[in-house]
Amino acid sequence: MSAKMQIEASSVPHESTRQLLSELVSHLRENRQQLREEWARRITEAKLLTAMTKEEVFAEATSVYDNYVEVLETGAVEALQAYARNLSERIIPRGVQTDEVVGIVLLLRDVLARSLFKRYQHDFSLLNRVLDAYEPSANRIANTVAVGFVEERERIIRQQQEAIRELSTPVLQVRERLLILPIIGVIDSQRAKQLTEQLLRGIRNNRARVVVIDITGVPSVDENVANHLVQTVDASRLMGATVIVTGLSSVIAQTLVTIGVDLSKINAVGDLQGGIEEAERLLGYKVNATPEIQSQGVDLQSK
Amino acid sequence: MQVPILKQGPYLIATLQSALSDAELLDLRDALAERVGKSRSRGVIVDVTVLDVMDSFAARTLSAIANMLRLRGSDTVIVGIQPEVAMTMVELGLKLDGVTTALDLEEGLAYFKRGISG
Repeated sequence: MSAKMQIEASSVPHESTRQLLSELVSHLRENRQQLREEWARRITEAKLLTAMTKEEVFAEATSVYDNYVEVLETGAVEALQAYARNLSERIIPRGVQTDEVVGIVLLLRDVLARSLFKRYQHDFSLLNRVLDAYEPSANRIANTVAVGFVEERERIIRQQQEAIRELSTPVLQVRERLLILPIIGVIDSQRAKQLTEQLLRGIRNNRARVVVIDITGVPSVDENVANHLVQTVDASRLMGATVIVTGLSSVIAQTLVTIGVDLSKINAVGDLQGGIEEAERLLGYKVNATPEIQSQGVDLQSK
Repeated sequence: MQVPILKQGPYLIATLQSALSDAELLDLRDALAERVGKSRSRGVIVDVTVLDVMDSFAARTLSAIANMLRLRGSDTVIVGIQPEVAMTMVELGLKLDGVTTALDLEEGLAYFKRGISG
């Protein structure tokens, strides 16, 4: 609310402010070449944007400079916002950090302010008024670019989280009526819930009677996660499926016993292989190795 | 609405047709207890596929049905609990402890057949 009001207030400046700004803009346009070079030099000096080549920095600097001057002239930030988003999209994958982006915008602000100082040195009160007109716009520009960059980063992070969530919870059928659910990575409440839902749907769709949940890839377990695990086991049982949990490391086993989660109903087997064998037994499968093939296998290995 | 109870060989099958009121649940319990004795059934399947929510009263009554029928000499399987229902039930702490469950009617019958042959 307040930000919006501020924008409205500053986009309808007083007549004198508008005059000052247009004078300022023409000054910046006249000295475009020199100020731009000065800015690019300061960027290199401050060791910002090191992921980009000198030419790239200069090209981007030109665009930012022109956008900057345009915002000062019109007071409309939409074009700059779009440009900032676009710029962020291009430079984030190259590892450009937030402080670098904020840094270069602040540098430009500084470069321009210095040039204004130089120009209006002779008339102190005019300089004051020019800076009064310049500062709010400059701040708003810095703000817009920084926010645009951070928003783009957050968008990418959200997108990646989504991708990780979808990738990391496959429900696989290894035999008729037997599902395995290998869990990799950290489990939080949201993921645990999603995982349970996916498993239950998998039980219905594949008509599973036994499920092996393998948590070898889960680095640590706390009380919440343990309770979620128990809930998953209970919910699966309500759907008529038996759950076998495998891959409980010694550390996790210790934690679970220490925090006192009720594990009496959890059917645990040491590793995934053991879990699948146990599941096969429950389902009445019997796996036999054919002797000839087995000996051939040994031959192949010894060769 | 009354729940139809069908006799299928040595088993009884009660399929819920719609959500039941508390009174109707109790009627089902009484009807099953009586029918089990009359038809000398060895197994009862209660199919709750149609339910999209299960409250604590329903869960308690289902447990009661299973316990009661065990005393009358019959095994009970609850079948057709949907994924969403199962999720809500465990969140509410309704776990139907001691009650056998199966995926659907077919699995319920398979459970009884396994019990008899093995």
